[in-house]
Amino acid sequence: MLYIKCPYCGLRAQKEFSYGGDATVKRPNINEEVSSEDWDNFVYMRKSPRGKHIELWQHIAGCRQWIKVQRDTATHEIFQTAKVTEEIR
Amino acid sequence: MSQPFRLNKEGLINRNKKISFTFNGKKLFGYEGDTIASALIANGIHLVGRSFKYHRPRGFFGAGVEEPNAKLQVEFNGHSEPNVNATEMELVEGLSATSQNCWPSVNFDIGAINNFLKMFFPAGFYYKTFMWPKSFWYKIYEPFIRKAAGLGVASIEKDKERYEHKFEYCDLLVTGSGPSGLASAYAAAKNGAKVILAEDKPRFGGTLLTDDVSIDNLSGKDWAEKIITELKSMPNVTVKNRSQVFGYYDHNMLVMFERVSDHLEKKSKFTPRQRLWYIRAKETILSTGSIERPIVFGNNDTPGIFLSAAAKEYMKVYGVLVGKKPLIFTNNDSAYETALEFKKNNVEPIILDTREEHSSELIDEAKSKGIDIRFSHGVIVANGYKKVKSAKIGKLNKDKNSFEKIETVDCDCICVSGFWTPSVHLASQSGNKLKYEEKIDAFIPDKKKQHETSVGAANGSFTLEESLKNGFENGSNLSAKITDTKTEIAIPNVNEKKYGVHDKFWCMPLPKNENPKRFVDFQNDVSVSDIEIALREGYRSIEHVKRYTTLGMATDQGRTSNLNGLQLVSNIENKIVPEVGHTTFRPPFTPITIGTIVGREVGMEYMPTRKTPMHEWHEKNNAVFVDAGAWKRPRYYKQGNETLFEASKREAKNVRENVGICDVTTLGKIDIKGPDAAEFLNRVYTNAWMKLPVGKARYGLMLREDGIVMDDGTTTRISENHYHMTTTTAQAANVLSHLEYYLQIVWPELNVNVVSTTEQWAGAAIAGPKSRDILSKLYPDLDVSNNALPFMGYKEAEFFGVPSRIFRISFSGELAYEINVKSDHGMFMWEKMMEVGKEFGNQPYGTEALSTLRIEMGHVAGPELDGRTIPSDVSLNGLVSKKKDFIGKNSLGREAFNVESRQKIVGLIPIDRKSSIPEGSHIVQDQNAKLPNPKLGHVSSSCWSVENNNPFSLAIMKDGKNMIGKKFFAVSPLKNKSIEVEVISSHYVDPEGKRVRS
Ligand SMILES: [Zn+2]
Repeated sequence: MLYIKCPYCGLRAQKEFSYGGDATVKRPNINEEVSSEDWDNFVYMRKSPRGKHIELWQHIAGCRQWIKVQRDTATHEIFQTAKVTEEIR
Repeated sequence: MSQPFRLNKEGLINRNKKISFTFNGKKLFGYEGDTIASALIANGIHLVGRSFKYHRPRGFFGAGVEEPNAKLQVEFNGHSEPNVNATEMELVEGLSATSQNCWPSVNFDIGAINNFLKMFFPAGFYYKTFMWPKSFWYKIYEPFIRKAAGLGVASIEKDKERYEHKFEYCDLLVTGSGPSGLASAYAAAKNGAKVILAEDKPRFGGTLLTDDVSIDNLSGKDWAEKIITELKSMPNVTVKNRSQVFGYYDHNMLVMFERVSDHLEKKSKFTPRQRLWYIRAKETILSTGSIERPIVFGNNDTPGIFLSAAAKEYMKVYGVLVGKKPLIFTNNDSAYETALEFKKNNVEPIILDTREEHSSELIDEAKSKGIDIRFSHGVIVANGYKKVKSAKIGKLNKDKNSFEKIETVDCDCICVSGFWTPSVHLASQSGNKLKYEEKIDAFIPDKKKQHETSVGAANGSFTLEESLKNGFENGSNLSAKITDTKTEIAIPNVNEKKYGVHDKFWCMPLPKNENPKRFVDFQNDVSVSDIEIALREGYRSIEHVKRYTTLGMATDQGRTSNLNGLQLVSNIENKIVPEVGHTTFRPPFTPITIGTIVGREVGMEYMPTRKTPMHEWHEKNNAVFVDAGAWKRPRYYKQGNETLFEASKREAKNVRENVGICDVTTLGKIDIKGPDAAEFLNRVYTNAWMKLPVGKARYGLMLREDGIVMDDGTTTRISENHYHMTTTTAQAANVLSHLEYYLQIVWPELNVNVVSTTEQWAGAAIAGPKSRDILSKLYPDLDVSNNALPFMGYKEAEFFGVPSRIFRISFSGELAYEINVKSDHGMFMWEKMMEVGKEFGNQPYGTEALSTLRIEMGHVAGPELDGRTIPSDVSLNGLVSKKKDFIGKNSLGREAFNVESRQKIVGLIPIDRKSSIPEGSHIVQDQNAKLPNPKLGHVSSSCWSVENNNPFSLAIMKDGKNMIGKKFFAVSPLKNKSIEVEVISSHYVDPEGKRVRS
C-alpha cells in the first residue's frame, strides 16, 4: 500500500486517496474553438509510461483536495507531491 | 500414559500442566508448551501423513516453520482447520488432530499404490495426462485430481471467531528475536526509537534457546530472557510473540500475522482469534535467521528422518528425543552439537561426515566424548516403510561419486544437516535483488531496495559474535538517524564454539542398479529424477522448471528444497548457481487464515450501513428494504400477504389516484456557494443556468467530457450566490469529486465552494393529485396555490415550528412536492405528514412503486443513463444548449453520435398485454433466427403500468424513433423467455406533462 504525502495533511495511507489519471493533461479552454484532433487528444489519448509519471490523486477521505503526485509506475517510488497549483519539476 | 521419548527434565515445557488431546482418534497427553509435533514424538508417533502424489508415509522433518510434511487437519475451539503445521501449532486442551491426504487411514492408505506405480507419475504427469480431450477436464480429470491430491478439508461452517486488523507505525520493526534481532531492538530502544519486535514462535530467543553459548557469562537463553524483560518494560517498545511478519510491501509497509488466542484454553468474547497488523516502519531489521537444508539421499522422506537442528530443538526446548539410536548425517560442524546433545542425554549417536578426516573444536569435543565419527561417509538409502529401521551407509571415494565400502547400520532416526540457508524472503519481497554467496552456497540480500537491513544469519553471518555485533550496530545507527540520540552500548563478551569449514556436498550418489526415490521437495513429492526429466524435456528457466515439476510450490514455499533444487539444476546444466538464478519469493511467507485477511469486514460490518432518519418508522410499518449503495431504502411496505408485485402496484396506483409519500433522503445533495456559482453551473450542466431566478428550481443534465450522460437532477437557487444541487443516490460521491476536480484544477479562477449536504437534510416527496391538499394542511399559513408555488417553484417556511424547504419538483410525473428539514427533524416531519395525509388516503411508497411511476412516464434513470448514452439517445436533447459551452459539449459533435440509426429510447408493450418483459432482454427481429441473432437493442427498465394495467418497458433501440408501431421480439435466454412486443413512445402516461403543472 502506497504512502502518499498530501501537501495539506501529511503522509497518509493510499486507502484515503482515489486516483485521477495523468496530471499533465490540460483541458482546452471553455468557450474557445478547439480542433477535433486536439479535443480527441484531450479526451482519449493518454500515455502509459513505464517510469516517472505525474498524476492526480484526490484525498477523498481527508481534505478532499486534488493533488499532484510524481510516481514511478514500475517501482511505485514517489518522488514528489504538490498542490495542483504548484509545478512538479 | 507414559511418554516413552520424553526426557526426564530437559526442556522449557511446563511439566506441571498435562494437556490431553487426540490424534487420529487416539487419546494422548502432552505438556503445556508442547507443539502437536513435540507431543506426538514424545509419544513415539512419527507417521502423521501421506505424501501428496505417491501417498508415501511421512513423518516430522523440522521443528518449526520449515516443516514440509506434518500438515494436519486440526479441530479446536469448535472449528476445523486444514493444513495446520503440527510443528507450530501449540497444544491446547481438547485439541483433536487428524492426518490428511490418506484414506481409509494413515496406516493403510489405498493411494499408496501410486508409490508402486511411480513410473507413471513423473514430472509433468498432470500436464501430459490430463490435457486431452478438453471436454474431459471438468467432469473427469478435475474431480479425480481433487480426490487423489486432496490435502485438508476446508470447513463449510460459518466461522464464529473474531479477527481483527490493526494499523501501526514505528521507527524500527525487528522481524525475529534471535541474537541479532534482540541486539538490534535493544540498541534502537536505548536510542529512544519506537520499536516493534516480532517473534514468530511462542518463545523469544531464536537459536539462543538451543545453542550451547554464553553471553556476558549468562547462558544464551538467560541472556535472551534478560533483554526481553528489559524491552518489555520500556514504553517505546512493543514486543510480540506468536507473530509472523509475512509480507514486505511498497513504501516500507509490512504485514504481520499474530496468533492471539489459538493457544488459550479460555478467552473473553472480545479476544480475537488472530490479528493482522499493517505496520508502516521507517526502518526494518530483517533478523529472520536461517533454515537448515537437508542432504538428498535415497528414501530420505521416511518417517524418523529429521533436520539435525530440529532434533536438537526437540531435546532442548521440548525435552523430547526423536530417537534412541540416531545417525547424524552431515557436511558441516553444526550437527556435532546435535550429537553432543544426544550424548548428554545418554543416547549414543553415530556421526557420518561427508568430509575427510580433520579436526575442529567440535570434532575434537565429540571425539573426546567417545562418539563414533565416520568421515567420508554418508547415508545412501534409508530402510523402513513407516519408520526408519536401518540405513545403508557408504564410504565415499575421493571424488564422492561412488563408494569404497557399503554397509547397513541399525538406527531409529537420521538427523541430517546440509548447512544453512539464510531466510531472505522478506528482503526479496522488498525488491532486494539477492546475490549468491559462494562461501555459504546460498543467496543473501544485496543492495538495499527499501529500508530493509538484514542482520545475523539472515545476512549470512553464522557466528554469534558477528550476529550480535551486526545487530547492535545496525539497530543503533538506524535508530540514531531517526531519534537523533545515540546511547553507547558495550558489545557483550561471547563464548561460542568455532565451526570448521563445511563441505559443498548436497546429494548422495547411488550405487549401480539401485534407484530409490531421492526427494528434493517433500511437500510436493518432487524427486531428483523429476528435475532431471524436466531438464531433459527442454525446460531451462528455473521458473519453468519450478512450474513443471512443482518444486517449491507447496505451502512451505520450498524452504528446505529450493537451494538443493538449484544445485541439482546447475550441476546437470553445468552452470554455477547464480547463472541459474532463483525463483521469486512471494507473500505470505506462511499460510494465513482467510478470516484474518477479511478481519472484521464481514456481515453487517462489511460496509457501513446508511439509514435515513425515518428508518425506524419504515421498520415499524413493515417496510421491506433494498440496498441502494450503502443506503437501506424501503422497497415496499408490505400489507398482509402481499407480494412485491402486488404491493408496489397498490402503492403506485394510490399515487396516481390519491397521494403517496416517499422517503427521498438518500438523494445526493450538494451545497454550492459563491459569486461564480451560476457561471459554474452553466459550465457543468448542458442547459442554461445564468438566468435562473432566486426561488426557482431547474432540471439539469451533466455530461462527462466524452459526451456521455453522467447524472441528472434538479438544482435550486436558494439565494443570489447559493444553490442546492441534487444528484442521483448512486452518483452522489462521483458528482462531488467531479465538481471539485473542475473547481480545483480546471477553473480555479471561479470563486465557488461545494460541500456535500446529503446527510444534513431529510427529504420526503408528496406525490399525487391530492398532494396539494396535504401541503396546505402542513403549511396552513402559506399560499401553496399553483400561482404562488408553481411547478419548479421553491419556498422556505416553518413546518410546525421547524425550518423547512419546499420544492415543487416531481419524479413521478404527478403533481408533487419535496420537503426537506434538517435530519434531526426528519422523523418529526414524516410522522406529521402521515398523520395529516390520512384523510386524503395517503400511503407511503417505496422504490419499487417509485420506479413504476417514473418508467411509465418515460423518465430516465440509472438503467438508461448507463454510461453509454448521450442526451439525444434518451430524448433529452432539448436540454442541450446550442448557445453556450459546457463539459462534454465538443464530444457531442462526433460522427458516431450523430448517425440517424443510433440507438434511442423507446417504449415497449407486449402484444398480449400480459407478459412482463424481463429487464436485460435483447430485441430481435426474428426469434428463431440463426445465431448470432442480430441485436437491435435492449430492455433497460420494466414495470407494470398502473395507469394502463399492462406491462410496459423502456428500451434503448437502434433507430428507435423510426421503429414506433413495429413489432419485434424481446428475448431473454437467461429466463428462457421470448415475448412479442410493439414499439411505442417512451412517454406512456401524460406525454404532455400536464399533471406536474396542474
Ligand atoms: Zn489531505
